[in-house]
Amino acid sequence: MSFTAGDSATKISAGNAITPEDIIAAGAKAPEDVATYAMYLGDDALMLAQRLGHWISRAPEMEEDVALANIAQDQLGHARFLLSYAGSAWDQTEDDLAYFRTEEQFRSCRLVEQENGDFGQTIARQLIFSLYQYELFTRLMDSADETLASVAAKAVKEVTYHVDHAAQWTLRLGDGTDESHRRMQEGLYYMWPYVDELFNDDDLLRDLSERGIAVLPSTLRESFDARIEPILEQATLTVPDVPGAWGGDRSGNFSEHRGHILAEMQVLARQFPQGVTW
Amino acid sequence: MTESLNASWPLWEVFVRSSRGLSHVHAGSLHAPDATMALRNARDLYTRRNEGTSVWVMPSDSISSSDPDSKGGFFESPQGKDFRHATYYTKSEGVKHL
Amino acid sequence: MSTTSQHSDAAVADIEAERAGQQRFDEIIAADSRIEPRDWMPAGYRKTLVRQISQHAHSEIIGMQPEANWITRAPSLKRKMILMAKVQDEAGHGLYLYSAAETLGTSREEMVQQLLSGKAKYSSIFNYPARSWADVGAIGWLVDGAAIQNQVPLCRASYAPYGRAMVRVCKEESFHQRQGWEILLELSNGTPEQKQMAQDAVNRFYGPALQMFGPPDDDSPNSQQSMAWNIKRFSNDELRQRFVDMIVPQAEALGLTLPDPDLKWNEERGHYDFGELDWDEFMSVIKGNGPCNVQRMQHRREAHENGAWVREAAAAYAEKQARRQQDAADAHLIGA
Repeated sequence: MSFTAGDSATKISAGNAITPEDIIAAGAKAPEDVATYAMYLGDDALMLAQRLGHWISRAPEMEEDVALANIAQDQLGHARFLLSYAGSAWDQTEDDLAYFRTEEQFRSCRLVEQENGDFGQTIARQLIFSLYQYELFTRLMDSADETLASVAAKAVKEVTYHVDHAAQWTLRLGDGTDESHRRMQEGLYYMWPYVDELFNDDDLLRDLSERGIAVLPSTLRESFDARIEPILEQATLTVPDVPGAWGGDRSGNFSEHRGHILAEMQVLARQFPQGVTW
Repeated sequence: MTESLNASWPLWEVFVRSSRGLSHVHAGSLHAPDATMALRNARDLYTRRNEGTSVWVMPSDSISSSDPDSKGGFFESPQGKDFRHATYYTKSEGVKHL
Repeated sequence: MSTTSQHSDAAVADIEAERAGQQRFDEIIAADSRIEPRDWMPAGYRKTLVRQISQHAHSEIIGMQPEANWITRAPSLKRKMILMAKVQDEAGHGLYLYSAAETLGTSREEMVQQLLSGKAKYSSIFNYPARSWADVGAIGWLVDGAAIQNQVPLCRASYAPYGRAMVRVCKEESFHQRQGWEILLELSNGTPEQKQMAQDAVNRFYGPALQMFGPPDDDSPNSQQSMAWNIKRFSNDELRQRFVDMIVPQAEALGLTLPDPDLKWNEERGHYDFGELDWDEFMSVIKGNGPCNVQRMQHRREAHENGAWVREAAAAYAEKQARRQQDAADAHLIGA
């Protein structure tokens, strides 16, 4: 096909960045503990992509359909890298991990599993999670694990934009109309109990961070607070004064949402034998 | 439908520079509440396939344009002034760098 | 104070301007050149374009829904990613087209209201359900394939902003058709159940896809004028024939059959003959009685209404910011 008539202003290209296929092709094989860590991060990204994906065709304005779809694709991209890498430890593909693990085997945090709610609630989740990911990936770029470092280097650029997107909307909703202020503040109240879990350490994380592979989540909290507080203040919103929800250990034992997300996500793949191609 | 009129966002024109060294070229338009969001929407809408290294936006109603009804008068003067073009002049065989 | 003679002078000037405008318009069309937004154009041309471009935009926006229906259930992460990008492109295409239509003086808000009130139409294909995963493949291969067949000639539409929007759309759509083809190919080469899923999808989408080119030429009263204006370059039946000629060998390559017993090569015509399409069904779906008409409209209305408070908030914030900047500037002036 050729387009001779008044070419559009711009030309297109695929650009260059690492792909999940590159990770497999490079033959990287993750040690099991590193793989489990990659699964923590990958499951977070996958759940968030799944939630954001639901917005596409439902956004408050059509331009925002495009914006949310971009962020969802970025997150799904991170999930694919991280789960591909995690799977390498057990000769599993990204799809084996995404579609054939049970609820008990996932390691996502509860924040990303929370329902979209209205746009204010979604933006509250985006603001919290993007800021957390920004701090995380900025530090993970220096990981002793080369694959994680290269994934983080790509991801941090994308997440920088997610932070900006969420912050811009937080400002507009917080300092927009009375109704939008109320909804945004409610969204923050709804999500805030799940903030603490993001910064919980466990034995695996302590061990990996001592070896320079993982970032110890608790060490990110201070800079997270320092970034989110002024954004909320400028948006005339308050940091919710609520305690963290009990059970922040990524186990899935303390959340009802995960099962529903997986039921929907896995329904078709599970009707067919593992390993068929699509 | 009871939407108040102030909820409709103004129209912005988008200009994209496809690579360093080239001009920004008009790519299309979009709606956004303000310039900050217009830039972000432009990034999402007009550079999804690596089309740009830089984006400009401006409110559509701030563009002034020449009158299409002036029936060519506006653009008549340069017509026939061939001497403004290098091809107008005699070439000399074998003389380089002219 | 105006006098009668001034009135008639003005009227005469208007008529002359109109005549000159029409003449210039006719010259541009005759030369197969392009009309730009601020050029004089006949009212009918403007009206036809607003209707066609906005319908096209609405089709992209409503067309997001059948495929978006599968984003959360796509059977592999790669397919999920591609599908998100594709549905996102459709939103983008809708926006390119709305902005092309806006250059004709109709606001997006007006067009959206026409869609939501049911006054404006969109392509009836999107009133069919995407029931199975293979439908995502069939939509890419057949529906996007038919759309491209329609759209490539529109890149040369006489109305320049429409043509420019279509150039961009066509560039991006080439991946849509291919990803659909690839989904069907994988399924066709997969398990018997997968292949059956693919065949079932093709069976359901074949007829409606062929109807995307519109009614037969004899029943398409507006086509002649659109062709005279260089908006439309080929008739409905010509485009439909080209499409059939294209997909028959493609279906063979896929190992799938097209559900039309009358489909056979006609040596004399050099084209495939195909069976009569169900135009009663087509008219019924267009009138609102398709399987998903109500659902599609409801989905769009909900998105629009649920978003109202967000759009209002952003507009209110922009106003506040502008006022703050103005106040700051005033304070600066007073200070100086």
